[in-house]
Amino acid sequence: MTDLSLHSIPDSAVPETEPAFGDYVALLKPRLMSLCVFTAFVGLVVAPGAMHPVLAAVSILFIALGAGASGALNMWVDHDIDAVMKRTSGRPIPDGRVARDDALALGLGLSGISVVMLGLVANWVAAGLLAFTIFFYAVIYSIWLKRTTHWNTVVGGAAGALPPVIGWAAATGGLGWEAVAMFALLFAWQPTHFWALALFVKLDYHRAGIPMLTVTRGRDETRRQALLWAVLTVPASLFLALSPVGGPLTLAVALVLNAVWMQRAIVVWRRDDAASEADGHAAEKALFKWSLVYMLAHFAVLAVEAGLLSFGLGGW
Amino acid sequence: MVMHRDSEMHVRRRGRNLGLLVVLIGFIAVVFAVTVVKVRTGGLQEGFDHVLRPQMIEGQTEGASQ
Repeated sequence: MTDLSLHSIPDSAVPETEPAFGDYVALLKPRLMSLCVFTAFVGLVVAPGAMHPVLAAVSILFIALGAGASGALNMWVDHDIDAVMKRTSGRPIPDGRVARDDALALGLGLSGISVVMLGLVANWVAAGLLAFTIFFYAVIYSIWLKRTTHWNTVVGGAAGALPPVIGWAAATGGLGWEAVAMFALLFAWQPTHFWALALFVKLDYHRAGIPMLTVTRGRDETRRQALLWAVLTVPASLFLALSPVGGPLTLAVALVLNAVWMQRAIVVWRRDDAASEADGHAAEKALFKWSLVYMLAHFAVLAVEAGLLSFGLGGW
Repeated sequence: MVMHRDSEMHVRRRGRNLGLLVVLIGFIAVVFAVTVVKVRTGGLQEGFDHVLRPQMIEGQTEGASQ
């Protein structure tokens, strides 16, 4: 008779590269995915024409998966930077929970699956845009721009601005001015959003050798640039509100959002670091919080406007 | 025979395997649902039924009605 015995392995002997399922999920940057899901959903909902609900939901799922794949590829590229910075040192690769090659395999595999599935479920215009977004974020932004120029925040923002365009393309099979306006709104919004954060959080990019604007051009220039991009966001917002996907409700909300947005950006621009330190960066924090409200409310009201339109209300 | 508790490594592997199982079942469900919708709506089948349909030829419908 064979005697089979099981021996426990002490926890200390667990290899660092024995990842849990959640570690792979963390590679996909779930918070970034949720933002992509929201904006892609709105892009799809406001687009003209009807898409079957199942195909719409599955399209959103694969757009989110593509965003997750680009997140995994970004972590593969940024493993050295993430290890140096306090904010990112706990990520799966620098923490030793996931091997770097595994992140690359996951990113490439999910990129292929998400693009092919979106092409089959929706259309190949949307799939092409998703492939371009993944390429832009992983290669143009992560490998090139992030390490070489302070323009990384501005130009790299294109990747984050594309999901509503992909949603629009999934529903229509093409592009439209409204989709371009949604892209422009997100593209112009991101620099102010990020630089407001950079002005009150000690982001240790300098330790990692990343040329962020606060380091290369100084904090006063960052305040000026934050205002400049806040100003540039306004026409995109108003164009969107006055376009066929907007309506009276969207315009009213946009006017309120832009008024507070500009007021807070001007307050941040007019003061210096001494004043900022004195009140615990209150104005910078207020601008950052409003930037979140600004983006979420813009896209939410577009979805509401589309909903009203289906009941014969809303729209121009 | 004394059964010892699973090591942390086994717990992680089991969790990973179960997670992958859920993902694969979910993927099958998604492909199945998309297939059902595509077949029912029939959008892609129109061009492959090997039957000449006048309404698919540009200008043919107008010509036929005159």
